Amino acid sequence: MTLEQLPVGHKARIASLEGDESLRARMFALGLRAGREVAVIRRARLGGPLQIRIGSTDLMLRRSEARLIRLEQEAKGDHTTSAAG
Amino acid sequence: MKRIALLGMPNTGKSTFFNRLTGSVTRVGNWPGITVELLDARILLGTEMVEVVDLPGIYNLHGYSEDEQVVRRFLEHNAVNLLAVVANAAQLDRQLSLVLQLKELGLPMVLMLNMMDEAKRLGIEVEQEKLEKALGVPVIPLSAKHGQGFPWAKSMLEKSLQGSEARTANPSAFTHDEELEHTLEKLVNEVVHTPIQLAPTLTCRIDRTLLHSWLGLPIFLLSMYLLFEAVYTVGTPLQNGVAWLLGLAKQQLIEPALAGTSPVIQSFLLEGVYNGVGTVLSFLPIIVLFFLFMGVVEDSGYLSRAAFLMDAFMGRLGLDGRSFVMQLMGFGCNVPALMGTRVMRSRGLRLLTMLIIPFSLCSARLQVFVFLTTAVFSPRTAPFVLFSLYVMSFFAAFLTALLYRRRLPNSEPLLLELPPYRLPTPRQMLHRGWHEATHFVRDAGGFILLGVVAVWFLTHYPFNAQPAGVDTLAGQIAGWMSPLFAPLGIDNLMSIALLFGFVAKEVVVGALAVIYGANQGALAGIIATHLTWIDAYSFMLFVLIYTPCLSTIAVMKQESKSWMFTALAIAWPLTLAWLVSFTFYQVATRLAA
Repeated sequence: MTLEQLPVGHKARIASLEGDESLRARMFALGLRAGREVAVIRRARLGGPLQIRIGSTDLMLRRSEARLIRLEQEAKGDHTTSAAG
Repeated sequence: MKRIALLGMPNTGKSTFFNRLTGSVTRVGNWPGITVELLDARILLGTEMVEVVDLPGIYNLHGYSEDEQVVRRFLEHNAVNLLAVVANAAQLDRQLSLVLQLKELGLPMVLMLNMMDEAKRLGIEVEQEKLEKALGVPVIPLSAKHGQGFPWAKSMLEKSLQGSEARTANPSAFTHDEELEHTLEKLVNEVVHTPIQLAPTLTCRIDRTLLHSWLGLPIFLLSMYLLFEAVYTVGTPLQNGVAWLLGLAKQQLIEPALAGTSPVIQSFLLEGVYNGVGTVLSFLPIIVLFFLFMGVVEDSGYLSRAAFLMDAFMGRLGLDGRSFVMQLMGFGCNVPALMGTRVMRSRGLRLLTMLIIPFSLCSARLQVFVFLTTAVFSPRTAPFVLFSLYVMSFFAAFLTALLYRRRLPNSEPLLLELPPYRLPTPRQMLHRGWHEATHFVRDAGGFILLGVVAVWFLTHYPFNAQPAGVDTLAGQIAGWMSPLFAPLGIDNLMSIALLFGFVAKEVVVGALAVIYGANQGALAGIIATHLTWIDAYSFMLFVLIYTPCLSTIAVMKQESKSWMFTALAIAWPLTLAWLVSFTFYQVATRLAA
């Protein structure tokens, strides 16, 4: 499963990052790295970007980039995520 | 002189710290090895003069973005005594990766943990002493915005400089290091304590409204509209004030002083040089205000939210949501909107945005259109005509983006931080507005002045001819160009007005009055008898799309630092203007016949 498929309000652990070296370096710098937990906060309409949360940092990224982030088996359906919806 | 390089990730308050450290005595300098300009300042630290250089905010020392390369080349080519690194304490879990990379450079370092107040509010704890020991560098918690901890930071910089020598960076630090990942994980676990579940913060609650899937976009458009209104409600009287002062100075000081000189010299100095100076000065209030209000949007964190909202649409055009914000700003005035594109890091994205901004129907063009539509169209149709020009403005911009998105590719993936909402500080906003205004005068001022004088010459030489008449150089050029303009329904007299419009759109109506030898009151009647509605609409289409004004071109050059791009930004709109007017005129005259 990739980050793009993770439903809003759910959390999962990052398994690996794909994409070219410079993109992965940038993702790493923004805190996206294997083993960290990531939550999808919301999706923009009409195929727009995702808002995700890692630690206390919120990021936005396009679906094409979200597809490059592979997730471990989804941890838990989580409804306490504060900004879901 | 000893040198401090200021480094950090974007959105860490690095610039705020720089401003607080240096006051406002900054200058823009060129450095060996890099092509962009960096802000630097000389300050007295203890008993020594020290140079502080503000490097671009970067996420990573190993990346390939333009800013990352600038930082790398700077550190390779310029010796520094000390690195002052600013990190956001609330996001230390990821900001420490940059700190670790910078440590590899082998240069003395002081780490400042900014936004400690925000970290505390989020319940994040940082063990400063443990971090200091682990990194082997002094660590100072502070709030650059409110000033807590600032004196401590300053004295620590001073202390660390003592006995230091300037060195260039160890180049091996620039290659990717896999080990770093493990060090980082361990360090973060040891020194940063984050609450397991963050309480729903204010930012989340604001986001729920501002990024709402249906309400988000209308709210964004409404706030842009209000911002826009605010800039021009305050700005227009200020602009009028500047114009009034300039007129007064002209009447009371300059005209009497020139009383004895020949009419040609008087005309040159008053209508050429003085009008040029006036053109430059009249932009200043709007630029300062624009950046004041832009500061609110940018510093508050709303700009990246706008990118989130508009990206689905703008992404397809090779742009992103921030381009849309700047395009909207262009409807007030293109000049500050072009300067505002500096927030974009990818050069392709930035240039593409700069290429579409001039199609925004700015307030100067609006004056021309209001005049012509009321002169030629009935009161009932005039608003629809005006509305169609706004539609055309968007059409030209989006078409241009579609045509050029491959040639000016957006090299950076949209991977942006959505920072917590913050209140901007007035001091910083004023500082920014002032800086941009002086930058505009220095870099674009001379170019604008030269252009105004050139157009003055074209429309006044030979000096015995009637100014702006068919016997002047401008009239002759219009004669040569008539095979080009006749198929658009634009006659020689009207094309002289287009030449004036090259300087600034505000002067088109005035120029028409001079050309037809009428005062502006009677001009409407004369225009109505001279032009059919098809002629008038074709002329307006051309005015809408072709080069907006000299100031726009000057800023285009100032911001892109490329003559090639500036030439494209002049040539393409001219071509498009011709094609659109031609198509309209030919089709409309056939249908009307």
